[in-house]
Amino acid sequence: MSETATERVSYLRAGHSLKSWLLTTDHKRIAILYVLSITFFFFVGAIAAALIRLDLLTPAGDLLTNDGYNRAFTIHGVVMVWFFLIPSIPNTFGNFLLPLMIGARDLAFPKLNLLSWYIYMIAGLFTVFVLIAGGVDTGWTFYTPLSTMYANGNVILAASAVFIVGFSSILTGLNFIVTVHKLRCPGMTWGRLPLFVWSIYATSLVLVLATPVLSITLVLISLERLFGLGIFNPALGGDPLLYQHLFWFYSHPAVYIMVLPALGVISELVAAGARKPIFGYQFVAASSVAIAALGFFVWGHHMFVSGQSAYASAAFSFLSIAVAIPSGIKVYNWTATLFKGHISLDPPFLFAMAFIGLFVFGGLTGLMLAMLAIDVHVHDTYFVIAHFHYIMVGGTVSAFFGALHYWWPKIVGRMYSIVWGRLAAIFIFLGFNLTFFPQFLLGYLGMPRRYHVYPPEFQVLNVFSSVGATLLGAAYLMPFIYFIHSLRYGAPAGDNPWGATGLEWTTPSPPPKHNFDSVPLVDRPPYDYEVEMEGDNA
Amino acid sequence: MTFIPLWPQSVSDYSHQVDLLVIAFTVLIVALSAPVFILIVVFAVKYRRGRPADRKHSPNRNIPLEISWSVIPFVALVGFYVWSTELFATLRHAPADALQIDVVAKQWMWKFQHPQGQAEINELHVPAGEPVKLTMASQDVIHSLFIPALRIKQDVVPGRYTTSWFTADKPGTYRIACSQYCGSNHSEMTGSFVVMKPADYAKWLSQSSNDQTLAAEGAALFRSRGCSGCHDPASTVHAPSLVGLYGNPVPLQSGEVVIADDEYIRDSILLPQSQIAAGYQPIMPTFQNVLSEEDVLKIVAYIKSLQPGEATQ
Ligand code: HEM
Ligand SMILES: [Cu+2]
Repeated sequence: MSETATERVSYLRAGHSLKSWLLTTDHKRIAILYVLSITFFFFVGAIAAALIRLDLLTPAGDLLTNDGYNRAFTIHGVVMVWFFLIPSIPNTFGNFLLPLMIGARDLAFPKLNLLSWYIYMIAGLFTVFVLIAGGVDTGWTFYTPLSTMYANGNVILAASAVFIVGFSSILTGLNFIVTVHKLRCPGMTWGRLPLFVWSIYATSLVLVLATPVLSITLVLISLERLFGLGIFNPALGGDPLLYQHLFWFYSHPAVYIMVLPALGVISELVAAGARKPIFGYQFVAASSVAIAALGFFVWGHHMFVSGQSAYASAAFSFLSIAVAIPSGIKVYNWTATLFKGHISLDPPFLFAMAFIGLFVFGGLTGLMLAMLAIDVHVHDTYFVIAHFHYIMVGGTVSAFFGALHYWWPKIVGRMYSIVWGRLAAIFIFLGFNLTFFPQFLLGYLGMPRRYHVYPPEFQVLNVFSSVGATLLGAAYLMPFIYFIHSLRYGAPAGDNPWGATGLEWTTPSPPPKHNFDSVPLVDRPPYDYEVEMEGDNA
Repeated sequence: MTFIPLWPQSVSDYSHQVDLLVIAFTVLIVALSAPVFILIVVFAVKYRRGRPADRKHSPNRNIPLEISWSVIPFVALVGFYVWSTELFATLRHAPADALQIDVVAKQWMWKFQHPQGQAEINELHVPAGEPVKLTMASQDVIHSLFIPALRIKQDVVPGRYTTSWFTADKPGTYRIACSQYCGSNHSEMTGSFVVMKPADYAKWLSQSSNDQTLAAEGAALFRSRGCSGCHDPASTVHAPSLVGLYGNPVPLQSGEVVIADDEYIRDSILLPQSQIAAGYQPIMPTFQNVLSEEDVLKIVAYIKSLQPGEATQ
């Protein structure tokens, strides 16, 4: 195989013009377009976060005005959720890897895939426009009647941005679903799909089923604001809680859109890091689908103190603890996978370990929030902020970085510095905990979220958090430096630098434009590691 | 170094119970996560690549084990579910004799009204050891009344009444916050919660005394806004008498029967067409833009006071 590799043109070199990139239908190039644009939006969101944390150094919030602060956290939330977290892993690694992992030449609808990226960019430009126009101050949740009757003027623009990006999600989801159903190579049965593919598949189902509800909700908001329809306005017979039901019916499943792909990544990283098949493959695969399905029945746990009925709250509380089972299965199965493994402490594995630690903590505090009597106290406080940052930043962002460190050699064909990679993983973990752990305490002490001004006795913990955020920000920058360095100076990676299984590692690095010369044939179970490592058994 | 607070003050029996639940849950978190953290580290050291170790017969699955580590945590969680849901349920059952205080939220202030007519802004005085029930209404957006020392919060939603109750035991001054983001000055929508010895409370009431109780103010509004024109027993318009209405069942035109609680009375004033009492014409106008939430609360207080046998004031 590898002799011919040098003759084949890699996807990176197949055409150098700007046009060859902007009109490409190659899933790998589209993945690169996404990586670049998503990184850009991550920076936009991060600048807003930096402003927030800097401002909270003092109880009086001396840096920003009240409205300035409100706009900063609104744009932080909107950008991070819809322009970073939701598309992050699916649109970059999903795009790049899905066809490679199932032995296909491309996604089912390559042009639709390109269209999804353009839609994403148009929505992104709308968001940047909202920023230039002065921002919005509704919070990313757009609660009514604040958003429809009281907030400043850019609500409709911001809602349009989110509405538009929804189409990108739906099209990407459809494309992935059809691809997994139709384009698996011979022998790639459902029982042999890599766990990353399973998780992307489950995510796509949620994307396609939940996003339309959000779109409708955003249209209703805009209509209500423009024409005073009265759907949510009690003076006209409407109901503000209806809005919350619609919003969370999308947004709770959306948190699984953010975290399921991360869980898939971690399964790949753990298997490769331990050189072992994932313990209980079937359970882990099924748990992705179970999480996706159960995720549709728990939205009411965001509304325990909203005034919804006590019986509804009790039911949603119970359903929420049910979701914990499939998530718990994954964590325990990953741990068991390490037993008698051949564990490497390379950067991808360290990121995976950091992920597990933060995800476990985020998940268990989520269960705490599902307990009615506890949530009544900590709802809408920094406890909640800490919880979802543990899941979304500690979890999803760590997984995103883990994925980048694992597949980077495949994507660009070069290695990066392993030592610096290890340091980055450690610093990100430490910075993260210093930033967000104090927020659990702040929340329990009673500091509400979205607070620009806070009582002075909370200052010390806030300063800890801001110092941690500075460390975390610096740690996030480290990979940018050594990755860019590796593009030029990195040693050639070879086809399979980690000695991993999986079809993507059978292609050259970087893969040729058409992925595989001949259609691959799969005749082995996934994560079939034992064969190669017999010698290590003492 | 400044003192770092790590645990909030706790002033009621309920808040102590919430703390206990939280501490117990923290123990559960440690119990469920410690094995993961410890084993990861142990395995990473013991089975480090290249290190000799016994790796024979490494299992790929073990169904009984997998089932047990799904079921055991779940059973523990169901236990906590029962505990926490019971505790939560107490919040929904205020004692009948609780002191009634009305709360009106608006951008960006809290207004509290005591039954004897005293109103206060961003301060809530209550007697220690006595149950207090809050009935809350919002004039504009959604707010949320959060009293950390009591471990309670409740959203205050335009268009409906929400309630909460507590018995604070320890005299002192504590924080009140708004915890539902409500626009520009959300973080400044705060106040103090003052728990006083009952004697001090009585003194406070008399000092800040108002000549009129809430119900009396409501009675005045009832006349000045024209309600009495139709609902007065002497009126010729075909409208129901309101004496003895509160707390009793009302048959509706639609065939349903509802209990005339605060919410029903409020809706009858603001959305009169939504629930028509059986046997009457839907002729009552809405008072939506005529009465503020405070006015409505006063009129509700007046209607509550109209019990049969008592003279209308
Ligand atoms: C150094 C990194 C970060 C810091 C210091 C930070 C800080 C914060 C803070 C302080 C808030 C609360 C704002 C408030 O309610 O007053 C917040 C909210 C939020 N953050 Fe972050 N954040 C960081 C990274 C991220 C990332 C990477 C994401 C997503 C990937 C994210 C998603 C969110 C979301 C969704 C909210 C809720 C916004 C809202 O309630 O309106 N954050 N963040
Ligand atoms: Cu408020």
